[in-house]
Amino acid sequence: MVRFLKRSYIYLVFVFLYMPIAVLMVYSFNDSRSRGMWGGFTLRWYVELFQDRTIMSSLYSTLFIGVVSAIIATVIGTLAAIGIHNSRGIQKKLIMNVTYLPVLNPEIVTAISLMILFVFAKVRLGYLTLLLAHITFNIPYVILSVLPKLRQLNKHLYEAALDLGCTPARALWKVIIPEIMPGIITGLLLAFTLSIDDFVISFFTTGSGVSTLSITIYSMARRGINPKINALSTIMFTFVLLLLIIVNIRQAREQRKGRNGRNGQKSHFDSLRSRFSGA
Amino acid sequence: MARKVTLTLCVLGLAALSALLTGCGQDRPTLYVYNWGDYIDEDILEEFEKEFNMKVVYDTFSTNEDLYVKLKSGGSTYDVIFPSDYMLTRMLNENMLEKIDLSKIPNHRHIDESLMGTVYDPDNEYSLPYMWGTIGILYNTTMVAEPVDSWDALWDPRYAKEILMLDSQRDSMAAALIKLGYSINTLDKQELAEAGELLKQQKPLVLAYVVDEGKDKMVSGEAALALTWSGEAMYAISENDDLAYVIPKEGTNVWFDVMAIPKGAKNLEGALQFMDFLNRPEIALRNADYIGYATPNLAARAMLPEEIRDDPQAYPNLDALENAEFFVHLGDTLKDYDRIWTEVKAH
Amino acid sequence: MKRSTLFPYVVWMALFIIVPMVLVLYYAFTVPTESGATWSLENFARFFEPIYLRVLWRSLRLAVISTVICLVIGYPAAMVMSGNAFEQKHVILLLFVVPMWMNFLLRTYAWLTILERNGVINVVLNSLNLPSLNILYTEGAVVLGMVYNFLPFMVLPIYSVLSKIDRGVVEAAGDLGANAFQVFAKVIFPLSLPGVVSGVTMVFMPALTTFVISRLLGGGQFTLIGNLIEQQFLVVGDWGFGSSISVVMIVLILLSMAIMSFFEGEEKDVALW
Repeated sequence: MVRFLKRSYIYLVFVFLYMPIAVLMVYSFNDSRSRGMWGGFTLRWYVELFQDRTIMSSLYSTLFIGVVSAIIATVIGTLAAIGIHNSRGIQKKLIMNVTYLPVLNPEIVTAISLMILFVFAKVRLGYLTLLLAHITFNIPYVILSVLPKLRQLNKHLYEAALDLGCTPARALWKVIIPEIMPGIITGLLLAFTLSIDDFVISFFTTGSGVSTLSITIYSMARRGINPKINALSTIMFTFVLLLLIIVNIRQAREQRKGRNGRNGQKSHFDSLRSRFSGA
Repeated sequence: MARKVTLTLCVLGLAALSALLTGCGQDRPTLYVYNWGDYIDEDILEEFEKEFNMKVVYDTFSTNEDLYVKLKSGGSTYDVIFPSDYMLTRMLNENMLEKIDLSKIPNHRHIDESLMGTVYDPDNEYSLPYMWGTIGILYNTTMVAEPVDSWDALWDPRYAKEILMLDSQRDSMAAALIKLGYSINTLDKQELAEAGELLKQQKPLVLAYVVDEGKDKMVSGEAALALTWSGEAMYAISENDDLAYVIPKEGTNVWFDVMAIPKGAKNLEGALQFMDFLNRPEIALRNADYIGYATPNLAARAMLPEEIRDDPQAYPNLDALENAEFFVHLGDTLKDYDRIWTEVKAH
Repeated sequence: MKRSTLFPYVVWMALFIIVPMVLVLYYAFTVPTESGATWSLENFARFFEPIYLRVLWRSLRLAVISTVICLVIGYPAAMVMSGNAFEQKHVILLLFVVPMWMNFLLRTYAWLTILERNGVINVVLNSLNLPSLNILYTEGAVVLGMVYNFLPFMVLPIYSVLSKIDRGVVEAAGDLGANAFQVFAKVIFPLSLPGVVSGVTMVFMPALTTFVISRLLGGGQFTLIGNLIEQQFLVVGDWGFGSSISVVMIVLILLSMAIMSFFEGEEKDVALW
């Protein structure tokens, strides 16, 4: 009985979490603009969605900025993590504190500070400024994903490689990087997700007609209900669901192989926690 | 493992790079247009792109103040912008506009003479009118008992939480100032403070402060009354027969939105071509028909259906309109406006 | 290993984190004059006028209410999930995570359809011959939006701490004669405190600083600090005032962090990360 109550409670919370999404999905097939009534099944909002040039071009910008900023942030962040790992004392503390700054700062503050910087430096707002802003808020998350892997690293590996005649650069590339690769990949994926999900920082640092998906959704939502957004939500939700299922099946498989231990679950948390600034 | 990832990264990087190149590497010149939300038939943009082999980057703002701040704070460059009358004055005063060469815009001859050479730009050196209209009250006849004829309706407690105001400082302040019997261009601090108070008093009755979403809300019956621009009203009425628009008896504001070229525009040639294109009678007709605002293009207006062409709400006779005032730029008093409006919103 | 790998990051940080913050401080503490700018506290003085203090108060109030609601809903949920009510725990967990992966603007937008005057809720109410409710564009709608968006941030940290609690400790408390309530009050709850603090932080911060939720679900009626900042930068163009509000906000966040870590004791790592 208690168990039944407990379960019902969780199901109730799930209803709360999923009802809005379900409503959007249902209405994306509604052949009537008004929400009060059901006008029959239609796919026309999906057709219109793909013909909407604003939405399609912002989708393109979102993916482009996401991929490029994630890659650059991963390179800089990984190198930085290695450097931080090898620093000591005040220097390390200082750098770590500055690293936390964009993580802890309210997003809107990061956003306006970058906007002031770009305008002050007379940089034209657009792709470039968006990219710079995204790299900036992504780097800390890469660092924080890579650092734990470095702590697990066997110190003597690197020394052994040097003793065996490797140059430091080669030792880094051949020994260290492969060892911390899982952390780097987590960082990369995290950076990519954060980038495509970001709204606030993009909103303030973009200009000249460059718009990400989030910005487009915001300006459409400000204008009221739009069935095209419902269609977009349905597609995005299905996509995310599929992606998560695939990732989970893979993790479950690896867990069965006994390699990753409880790593799978943990990565969810890590990525989620870091998303808390996501609004 | 490492090699695999490096490879993947390289591929991703290359893909992104090539995407960037195809995105920007086209020879077509780009025209940056900054317009009000829902203020053009977007198909027209595509036709322009095709005909002039140009890429149009189209961006929207929701109030004159947004436009001004965006341009003033720098960082963005546009080739064609659509400010209103008083904002045009402000931009001219601050030397933010480029002169336009009317000889490159032959179609300007279609524009109503009486709407050319206004006080804002007497010789049309910097601007051409795009659309014009009034402010008034859009209301739902099934939700509002008697016909509305006064600004008092927006302060009527019977319609608490059914009133939409504009999230635009000059327009909402204008409604309050007219109701108080003051000029909408008053510089008197006392009168402004009174108008601010009136708007604060009204706040409990207001459902929301909106700009572009207002017409959708009125169409779907979410609110009973809305302060709105005439063209928004015409569009809403065409979607829902229960709606009606009225220019209140106390007076209104007659406004013009113009096309202009901001300083620093990179594609002057394209900007002029775009302005000319928008003034082609058949294009102007389609545009006016699509967005619902009054076009200053006489050739286009002549082709509109009679019931729209002669609708006194859509195309009021300017001479017969009593108590109609234009907005003028307020100079330093704007700071008081900013402050009062911030306070009303924060209230 | 060489520390030179830090170099690009340090340069980046200086350029895009430190310099912007210095600029914000500069604008916050100066006012423009004919010949440039002079140092002044005018912007801060303006913020402490009653009208803006009311905005601050409203932001704090709504953020606190949302956080409390999240805690009240989230803590029991986390407890049930960490217990043995479900066989497939990780599926349940995953189901909690999925909505989070959807764009948060879409999640907020979804409520428009539901709360409108002619929205889903009122259609259902009317079909039951009940009167319509005015929900959209009220403070309640804003709080609802915050709770909906941030609930998982409360549940997950609490869950992760709860599921790490040593079962033996709980059983021992029972064996020593504690009843279920006592076990919870004296053992489980104190042990889960780091998770609670972490969850509270993760809900409170974004709730305090959001401007999107209040804009979309509040209809521009309920100005929060975030809206005030946005307005100053994008509508009014008063960078000085906007920057000073931002500085106040940073101070507020730092203060609440300090308070949180005081409650939390040693396990500092959890709260920050």
